[in-house]
Amino acid sequence: MEAAKQSLKAVGDPILTIERLEISFGGHAVVRDVDLELRQGEILALVGESGSGKSMIGRAILGLLPEGGRASQGRICFAGHEITAPTSAEELRLLRGSSIGLIFQEPLSSLNPTMKIGEQMFEAMRLHTDLSETEIRERALDMLRQVRLDRPEALLNRYPHEFSGGMRQRIMIASVMMLKPRLLIADEPTTALDAVVQREVLDIMEDLARANGTSVLLISHDLAVVARYAERVAVMEKGDLVETGPTRDVLAAPQHDYTRKLLAAAQLGTPNPIAGQAGEPLLAVENLHVDFIEKGFLGLFGGTTHHAVRGVSLTIGRGEAVGLVGESGSGKSTIGRAICNLTPKAGGRVIYEGTDLAECSAQAEQRLRRRIRVVFQDPFSSLNPRMRIGRIVREGLRHDKSLSEAERTEAVGEMLESVGLERDMAERFPHALSGGQRQRVAIARALIAKPDLIIADEPVSALDVTIQAQILELFKKLQGEYGFACLFISHDLHIVEQLCARLYVLNNGRIMEEATTEALFGAPSHPYTRRLLSASPRLERGEQGLHLAASDLPDAPDTGHVFFDATEADALYRLVDLGDGHRIALRAST
Amino acid sequence: MKLLSRILKKANGSIGFAMLAVVLLTAVLGSVWTPHDPLKSDLMNRFSSASAAHPFGTDMFGRDILSRLMRGAWVSVSIGLATLVLPVVLGTLLGSAAGYFRGWFDRLLMMVLDALMAFPGLLIALGLMAVIGANRYGVILALSFAYLPAVTRVVRGSVLSISQSEFVEASRAMGNSRLYTLIVHILPNCLAPLIVLTTMMFGWVLLAESALSFLGLGVPPPEPSWGNILSEAKAHLMRYPMLGLLPGVCISIALLGVNLLGDALRDELDPKSATASSKETL
Repeated sequence: MEAAKQSLKAVGDPILTIERLEISFGGHAVVRDVDLELRQGEILALVGESGSGKSMIGRAILGLLPEGGRASQGRICFAGHEITAPTSAEELRLLRGSSIGLIFQEPLSSLNPTMKIGEQMFEAMRLHTDLSETEIRERALDMLRQVRLDRPEALLNRYPHEFSGGMRQRIMIASVMMLKPRLLIADEPTTALDAVVQREVLDIMEDLARANGTSVLLISHDLAVVARYAERVAVMEKGDLVETGPTRDVLAAPQHDYTRKLLAAAQLGTPNPIAGQAGEPLLAVENLHVDFIEKGFLGLFGGTTHHAVRGVSLTIGRGEAVGLVGESGSGKSTIGRAICNLTPKAGGRVIYEGTDLAECSAQAEQRLRRRIRVVFQDPFSSLNPRMRIGRIVREGLRHDKSLSEAERTEAVGEMLESVGLERDMAERFPHALSGGQRQRVAIARALIAKPDLIIADEPVSALDVTIQAQILELFKKLQGEYGFACLFISHDLHIVEQLCARLYVLNNGRIMEEATTEALFGAPSHPYTRRLLSASPRLERGEQGLHLAASDLPDAPDTGHVFFDATEADALYRLVDLGDGHRIALRAST
Repeated sequence: MKLLSRILKKANGSIGFAMLAVVLLTAVLGSVWTPHDPLKSDLMNRFSSASAAHPFGTDMFGRDILSRLMRGAWVSVSIGLATLVLPVVLGTLLGSAAGYFRGWFDRLLMMVLDALMAFPGLLIALGLMAVIGANRYGVILALSFAYLPAVTRVVRGSVLSISQSEFVEASRAMGNSRLYTLIVHILPNCLAPLIVLTTMMFGWVLLAESALSFLGLGVPPPEPSWGNILSEAKAHLMRYPMLGLLPGVCISIALLGVNLLGDALRDELDPKSATASSKETL
């Protein structure tokens, strides 16, 4: 694959030159002294944390800086056009779309929800080309085929909301690449998507760009993701360009401290699986079903039932960390929510310490449920904006009546310290904290009551990569101190690998594979597991420094199994034990 | 108090606050002291023009206009404030129950309120006044019911959107009861729109009370309110325009003050403007 990439490297003349660029808002410079060059047909990754100014550069190239921002110094030169000093506003407008294409992070808001897909694709073509309607339509259909969407004729007449995030992003790529721009700016194009879809979308984008000789500026916070696609990497830190170089060299021998830090974060730590105690499981979920009913008109005329979880059973031992992995829409979060009763069950049992939560008295159920705490995905919405941090954390102790006020305050202070925050942060409001700090607060709130089980629903996927690593380290450290069991829900196998002893791989509401982490990574059996594994790229330390881990797994041994394919939901399904608790989903023969 | 100082820094906020303060102070003063008895007529001294004894002159019964405007301020403002209590309390209760617990109660309540909202508030008040009878308490009750749907809808809407937040789920997941979650986590976050609406509503009520009095359905004479002073003036408007102009100006000042302050409050309490400074711009 490496060789193939080398041969494709059609490095030509510089198409985009940025010299000593400074972007400022008022008197405050958010980007300082940046020099960057992009050659014809090259893919350049611009990497940095949020707030590093990387998106600002992308916008400046289009001449579309947000209100109040301006390129205060330096110049941007694109194919003979001075972007920073255009001869007319018209010049820039004509460049946008036809010569420079832009793909945003959020495909839901960048497609107009009231316009059919076809109309949106035709719009730009009408504006920038002289083709006839039939030719434009042909081009659009052709593009949709190139982004590997089925039955493109039918798609043209549908609206954006009818598509998943990944499909919308493919449509976006199709409509941008249809004009054959010479430069494509992709601003975090897959950050809102999960690993499998991310891989598909980026692969499609790369293929299209290489086929058309388009240069790509790929803006991302995740070095490991872009390393696979980019020939060169530019690293931004707080408005400064700290390092530029060929991807391979930057990975193998980073020159700047910040790059080293980013790389360290992208590597994650050494996996440290937390095995629990043997014996009766702390929590057992048996044959769980969850249905969502989409109500019809006015809730009167029936509705359609969507089976989110179809008969899932799992166990979590005392003090054990268990991972639940799957794409978005696989039902993994729903399982977590059903365990804490945030979503009603359609069937099945949740058994806590041998007691069926549905059968014991309401009081006993309350008492047991309080032993389970949840850490949510988005720390920006999981903390009440009107409460001070101290009060938020203290609320976790609300049901422990034995404590005095002073003891509570002391407990809050200690808890804040053990999640790595300062005691005096208790006086602040959530909006004064960064995402990572907020997630620490959320963890403190969950842990302060010393629960037996933490359900962590994608606790790091809303955070920057460097912060992700820190939060995972914190989880490991706290697990050692407090000894809680953990159900860790994530779409990224490499993240759950960090601390989980056993994994359940979920697709379309059913378990596809269940195994110890070691067994799963050593011999992933189910095709879906293998797809998940190859989707999330990771960096490996080799003899010559870091390099991108080989993503193509060795072929699975031919066991003659007929695997269950979750897209055929009605096929007969059974879990087969391969020994040692390694189970895989097969298609039942009868 | 931090909020107040932020509002006073804005032009519209400080002007609105000043105007409203003048109105409120006048009303309080008017309740305890006026230069003359606002009800005492002096038929020898009708329609007198401005003088040292009567700075704004006297009306068709020789009553001192300044005194009547001051007492009228008290009557109008006290009715305005009293009218806010019921819609705010009941509207918050109904709105939060409907928004948080949903179900048949929500659907039924919304149907009734939607039907009510199809009529202008003043029309509902007129109808109710016809039943209750024209007196001060009738005005308060009628206007309270006229503005109840607005509060209920606003509270329900905010509760509905805030209920979707993860921090509400976090509270539920912690084992907190629904009622506790509603009171501690949801309602404080609905406060901003409610405060803005209440401020604006005070202005609407002042105007509606004046309109009712003008139509002869408000506070019965001789007790002065801005509305009935205006109403009494209409027979003599051609010859003595000042009689109508003065209460009109009072109502305008109060309304303008409330609206300016309401705008400033809305800008200041808007969650977007509050968090804009803390969120990084890209």
